Amino acid sequence: MIPAAFDYYRPKDVEGVIALLQEHGDDARVMAGGHSLIPMMKLRMAEVPHLIDLQDIAALKGITIDGDTITIGAMVTQHELINHDGLSAAAPILSEAALQIADPQVRYMGTVGGNIANGDPGNDMPGLMQCLDAQIELLGPEGTRKVAAREYYEAAYMTDREDDEVLISVRFAAPTGGYSYEKQKRKIGDYATAAAAVQITKAEGRVATASIAMTNLSDVPVWSEDAGDALVGTTCDAEAMKAAVAAMLGDIDPTEDNRGPVAFKRHVAGIILTRAITRAWDRA
Amino acid sequence: MNDLTPDREERSAGLKGLGCSRKRVEDARFTQGKGNYVDDVKLPGMLHGDFVRSPYAHARVVSVNKDAALALDGVVAVLTAEDLAPLNLHWMPTLAGDKQMVLADGKVLFQGQEVAFVVARDRYVAADAVELVEVEYEELPVITDPFESLKSDVVLREDLAGQTEGPHGPRKHHNHIFTWEQGDETATNQVLDDAEVVATESMYYHRTHPCPLETCGSVASMDKVNGKLTLWGTFQAPHVVRTVASLLSGIEEHNIRVISPDIGGGFGNKVGVYPGYVCSIVASIVTGQPVKWVEDRMENLMSTAFARDYWMTGKIAATKDGKITGLHCHVTADHGGFDACADPTKFPAGFMNICTGSYDIPVAYLGVDGVYTNKAPGGVSYRCSFRVTEAVYFIERMIEVLAIELDMDAAELRRINFIKKEQFPYQSALGWEYDSGDYHTAWDKALKTVDYEGLRKEQADRVEAFKRGETRKLMGVGLSFFTEIVGAGPVKNCDILGMGMFDSCEIRIHPTGSAIARLGTISQGQGHATTFAQILASEIGISADNIAIEEGDTDTAPYGLGTYGSRSTPVAGAAAAMAGRKIRAKAQMIAAYLLEVHDDDVEFDVDRFAVKGAPERFKTMKDIAYAAYNQAIPGIEPGLEAVSYYDPPNMTYPFGAYVCVMDIDVDTGVPEIRRFYALDDCGTRINPMIIEGQVHGGLTEALAVALGQEISYDKMGNVKTGTLMDFFLPTAWEVPNYETDHTVTPSPHHPIGAKGVGESPHVGGVPCFSNAVQDAFRAFGLRHTNMPHDHWRIWQTANDLGLHE
Repeated sequence: MIPAAFDYYRPKDVEGVIALLQEHGDDARVMAGGHSLIPMMKLRMAEVPHLIDLQDIAALKGITIDGDTITIGAMVTQHELINHDGLSAAAPILSEAALQIADPQVRYMGTVGGNIANGDPGNDMPGLMQCLDAQIELLGPEGTRKVAAREYYEAAYMTDREDDEVLISVRFAAPTGGYSYEKQKRKIGDYATAAAAVQITKAEGRVATASIAMTNLSDVPVWSEDAGDALVGTTCDAEAMKAAVAAMLGDIDPTEDNRGPVAFKRHVAGIILTRAITRAWDRA
Repeated sequence: MNDLTPDREERSAGLKGLGCSRKRVEDARFTQGKGNYVDDVKLPGMLHGDFVRSPYAHARVVSVNKDAALALDGVVAVLTAEDLAPLNLHWMPTLAGDKQMVLADGKVLFQGQEVAFVVARDRYVAADAVELVEVEYEELPVITDPFESLKSDVVLREDLAGQTEGPHGPRKHHNHIFTWEQGDETATNQVLDDAEVVATESMYYHRTHPCPLETCGSVASMDKVNGKLTLWGTFQAPHVVRTVASLLSGIEEHNIRVISPDIGGGFGNKVGVYPGYVCSIVASIVTGQPVKWVEDRMENLMSTAFARDYWMTGKIAATKDGKITGLHCHVTADHGGFDACADPTKFPAGFMNICTGSYDIPVAYLGVDGVYTNKAPGGVSYRCSFRVTEAVYFIERMIEVLAIELDMDAAELRRINFIKKEQFPYQSALGWEYDSGDYHTAWDKALKTVDYEGLRKEQADRVEAFKRGETRKLMGVGLSFFTEIVGAGPVKNCDILGMGMFDSCEIRIHPTGSAIARLGTISQGQGHATTFAQILASEIGISADNIAIEEGDTDTAPYGLGTYGSRSTPVAGAAAAMAGRKIRAKAQMIAAYLLEVHDDDVEFDVDRFAVKGAPERFKTMKDIAYAAYNQAIPGIEPGLEAVSYYDPPNMTYPFGAYVCVMDIDVDTGVPEIRRFYALDDCGTRINPMIIEGQVHGGLTEALAVALGQEISYDKMGNVKTGTLMDFFLPTAWEVPNYETDHTVTPSPHHPIGAKGVGESPHVGGVPCFSNAVQDAFRAFGLRHTNMPHDHWRIWQTANDLGLHE
């Protein structure tokens, strides 16, 4: 658990970050809260000769709620998500999810941007952002561009972000209706055995819209359009939920690990999703 | 105590002696980050060591090329077995009578085995250099299953090839280590043959690890000017380490000083002797500079001191109405690549022969076969006396299985088989003499407190509701009743590498009436500085606040065998009481002289000696201490100090009754602990607050082991649970509120009637948590399923029983 030597940078603005990324290319990595990257460096599984710490960049901080548009800076911590007054009213699913990430010490340091950018299949924010249909804002040498969270993830730790780009914020429309973030894990600090993010709106007693994503059940987060569609127009009864679960089970591809074999994970995925839908519908 | 005048009560309370929930004196420094651990030791010119470890579980080491590592700036040396061989230190003896490679000698036998030791000026350079050492391996077939090992042609220990006799008797196969048998197998088989009912079950007690917060490490400093070696280390037995270091290195024992500074938890992990210790010593001797080695978490989990890994098969015989008539137990013990179990020499399977538990079982047999595999060595007692968790888990599961076989309530089955109060001291069929116990009283109290009948009724209602589809949660009522066996010696039975298992206390009273006491044990968090002072306070009448306790420095502390197996209070605590009594005996003579009466005419009264019948005429211990040094007393030499080496006549047998109520989500496999009640009887209670803390800690480690903590391997011998992501270490979040309770049945042979307690909750807790999980499924036909009961395995149990259909 002793990392190899590296140079450490702490630029004051994003331009400085881009300049360093351009200068060092593959040899540089940005660090937000450090909870993924530093252990990987200590295990010598990630070799990072140039480490760029983002914590001094004020522009990456802050939560903005502008009408029904919510923008979260990349360096906003999970702790801030939980404790931001306006956000809890505007998008309560965020604090519900953030409270299920690790423990308070981790949440003081862990950031939204780091959680989203890294492409770790175990992270909670990617699935959540897909559920919310968030736009991810990336800054590179050519300026900024936006990518839909639903398009961002390619494979484990592989994303649409280029090496010389930095994730600077995520933006999404404030969700309406009922919500739920349901997660099963072995212990505090563990990744999900299965987790589900669900947003449902209701009109005239029926599901008007439904957005459903799950975490750690594939090498990328899984937003299942079919699962959502299975609920739309129904009264969210048992049969509809079964159809939604069946659709989701068609989209996930869990692998066996110490959390358990595939059959178990698929079963639990169905249970967790059913619970999440039930709760979101109750709140809709 | 009713005749105490308020004055005496007040004086007695002021002593903060036995029974006082005195706050821990250690905590001021621990809670402020002011502890002094091995990694805090920093010496001028200190070098840092780090290991090149094998990625393979079984391989020949073809070559080791150090050139690139040695070329790195700051690297001082790279040691291999070849370098240690001329000193005959490339192998070392284990505590179990086997030998273990310090550095790979031609082959490696487990993943993570030490291959080369890099020494550098800087910890970071050492880690860089480890990556530069090029080792060529030739992979060999890997065996991770002890049963397969006993059938395999593959010879794991080529150094033992052809040796049919081991330190514990004949070896049946080249991968077999020993067979250990206790009891009467013929008679037991006869009872089984004739029995009205026999329940049989096989169970695997999985491999796990003590995982203390502080990992193992050492700092060796060889002073070539005065020839003295000083060794700081995470040692649960510093004096034994000194003797072993002397025998191995040839350095005279008086030239070795071993210091165990503050230790961040041991739980058995720090009993063993590890290659890192040896390498730091050799490297310091070679370089003439201090050398530090501290392992990281992954190294700790994968290479030092596993626990358990017992495959147990039991047969229990009983009458139709539930009276147990005999017990047969066989264990196949996976010891890994070297037999490094930390047990007293004559007990290669520890005290596994306590497996008749708390029950009056007239005939029994235990057979244990130790086997080599390609897994890490160890086999330590993780928060228990030697192999007692295995024994208690075994019998407490067998009781449950027998209850199922008999269609009987498991609490009642225990009750009718308990050893009765009047049977103590009780001779067990497997050779132990239980000192004291009152099991029925404890059991009745426990069951009454939790409203056992009410719980069973609720559980039955729940089963019906489940069957009607109204709930997906089942309820389990976990029971366990355990008897621990702690406080090894006596010397005639128990030794480690020939060193008898006594312990010691030396006490000096200062002229102003305060004191310092030193003991042969070493606290790793147990609070010795608090509790030993309390024992002495009650014995010598000096406030515990005025008694300093020191342990762990072999230059100052009297020789002792250390702290593990809950032996500190039973053995060193007894030595403290006996040393205190010697002080008191001399104090009595001094008091009599000062009061101008005969020795027999004064009596001890809390903190003073007073003239019998004239309590207003007295001398306090403070007065006496001053006089001891400063007044010429005819026939009495100056000073007031004493030393006691205590060889216990027997071990102590603490016991307890635990109940766990659990709700289990059948669909997700998630268990929820609704209630945990723990009644402990550890005899005389020295510090109730510390006892409660120990119970909480032991139960938490029990919860861990029962519900998910394991060291598991894949077929290639790769450790699958080598980080705290996968190795379950519970936090406050996963832990329920524990209810603690007690009865008091003093040990008849211990000077103050105390028994050990720190490990009881682990020993009793593991089967209690496990039984709760398994009991939840009893109504659906479950007989036994192995730990750890993590989510997927619980789910699998439900699935196998058809509960997901």
